[in-house]
Amino acid sequence: MKQMNLFILLVVVLTTANVMAAENLQINGSTTVGPIGDAFAEAFKDKASLTVSKTGSGDGAAALLEGRCDIAMMSRFMKEAEFKAAVEKGIMPVAHAVAMDGVCVVVHPSNPASALTSEQVKDIYMGKITNWKEVGGADMPIVVISRDTSSGTYETFEGLVMKKEKMADIVEYVNSNPQSHARVKSTVGAIGYVGLGFLDRNVKALKVDGIMPNRSTIAKGIYPVSRPLFLFTNGYPKPGSIVFQFCTFHLTEEGQEIIEDKGFVPVTAY
Amino acid sequence: MAQNISKPVKHHAAAEFSRPLRLSVTEDLRGFLAEKIGHGLLFLTTFVSVLAVMAIFYFVIQESLPFILKGGFRESILRVREFLTSTEWYPQKAENPHFGALAIIVGSLYVTICSLAIAVPIGVLAAIFLSDIAPFSVRQYCKPVIEILAAIPSVAYGVFAVMVVAPWLQNTLGFSTGTNALNASLILSIMALPTIISVAEDALSAVGREIREASYGLGATRAETTVKVVIPAAHSGIIAAVILGMMRAIGETMVVWMASGNSSRIPSPWWDLSQSVRTMTATIAGELGEVPKDTDHYHVLFAIGLLLLIFTFGLNMTSEFFMAKFKKRSRGL
Repeated sequence: MKQMNLFILLVVVLTTANVMAAENLQINGSTTVGPIGDAFAEAFKDKASLTVSKTGSGDGAAALLEGRCDIAMMSRFMKEAEFKAAVEKGIMPVAHAVAMDGVCVVVHPSNPASALTSEQVKDIYMGKITNWKEVGGADMPIVVISRDTSSGTYETFEGLVMKKEKMADIVEYVNSNPQSHARVKSTVGAIGYVGLGFLDRNVKALKVDGIMPNRSTIAKGIYPVSRPLFLFTNGYPKPGSIVFQFCTFHLTEEGQEIIEDKGFVPVTAY
Repeated sequence: MAQNISKPVKHHAAAEFSRPLRLSVTEDLRGFLAEKIGHGLLFLTTFVSVLAVMAIFYFVIQESLPFILKGGFRESILRVREFLTSTEWYPQKAENPHFGALAIIVGSLYVTICSLAIAVPIGVLAAIFLSDIAPFSVRQYCKPVIEILAAIPSVAYGVFAVMVVAPWLQNTLGFSTGTNALNASLILSIMALPTIISVAEDALSAVGREIREASYGLGATRAETTVKVVIPAAHSGIIAAVILGMMRAIGETMVVWMASGNSSRIPSPWWDLSQSVRTMTATIAGELGEVPKDTDHYHVLFAIGLLLLIFTFGLNMTSEFFMAKFKKRSRGL
């Protein structure tokens, strides 16, 4: 019995000591940046205890303002109103662009169409253009395929292509990049979109506004359906701190591997 | 005790019952406790499943109420009306979202009815063959094979639908999209078949031998007996089989999520099976995983779940009603 008590005491002391030693960081925000946040946190798990919650960019900004998180993940830059509110609260948001995200518009390899304008892509998803002949292809109805509305890829595509417009009700939804790829691969009249990592010979990527999606055009930001992904901190983190290391991790080789592994493009194009 | 019973009863009838059948607590404490504890344990195990159903109802209602009752009375009436009559399903929009689930509700009923249109004739005919026509040796092998059909995981059916059926529909039948209402209905009908066949077959087999023999005795042929005597006698069991098959089809998620295409619209013209539809189950499965908690979008998905629960509850009640009727009838009441 005495031994048992001693054991329990030991466990309690050890666990509290452990918690006290490790810094506890809260990371909130975008579902798009979430996979990067998760993988980075995994790489940091020996140094600090990190909690990543994927609640959307808007909530990330709100959490930083309210002091609920140390790092906010955002798939867009902070809005003016958010910035103002932050400054009024004495919080100075600093952006760290960690990666580029590009979404490639793809069609069946046999499709003669090879380029669309972003306006045309939008009209196809709005149901205004329903046949490939209207955009210089064969006479064949367009099968429009989108990712499910809760995915980060959808969010990127919707924000950059659809602007404020709604997708038409003819749009079919699939729930992963591989499924989107499989549907376009097997459907002659299909148009879909996938992350850069899912491009291969079985689907054909279209030029959008005359620019072919690849690592270079996405990293440079000239491909229209691409955007930077941010981490926001309150002020520039103190060099050497865990937050600093986390926000500069994308510059390390390991960090870049993680980013590519998650289907994004590192900001360093070479 | 055994000896007592085996004695001729008429001589010692009074002596038999002079000893109380049940011992009092003080006489048999262990027996009393064992009985009470055993009783309690069995009650608890049964109660767990009842409790699970009640808990599901409670949580689904609790999570869907914030959507239904948000704002004032007038506002909530308008919201529910939009939910049930509009086909505009844009719940994820930050500004001006729309929660019209009509296309989704219709989509669910659409694929369910289409799959039943395929599965019921095949299932009932197969059940008649198995119960009345097939020789014992055939039946002995067919039944287990049909039951294996019910054991295949639905995601396997889904992969089959996307990788085999969809390209086949596109390449052979020339549909522009292969993931559509027809694809989902075909796969769902295959999934509903084992349920329909086994319940209908049980109902047909339960029709008494004496009824069939009476029919033959009156000079009816085998076909006449089956069509005019056996099927009418088993009709409530067959209806229950159809309803159970319907529940299987309406509640199926993985297959429709993969095979139906998930376009939230009502097919027009209404008989065009080559168009994509979206079902209630697929909407919940596809959107609930990532939706931010406690938003309108989150609660509206629970409202769909509540509707689905009401549907299946109603269907279950109907099938129970027919099952009870069938049991009464087969006992000759």
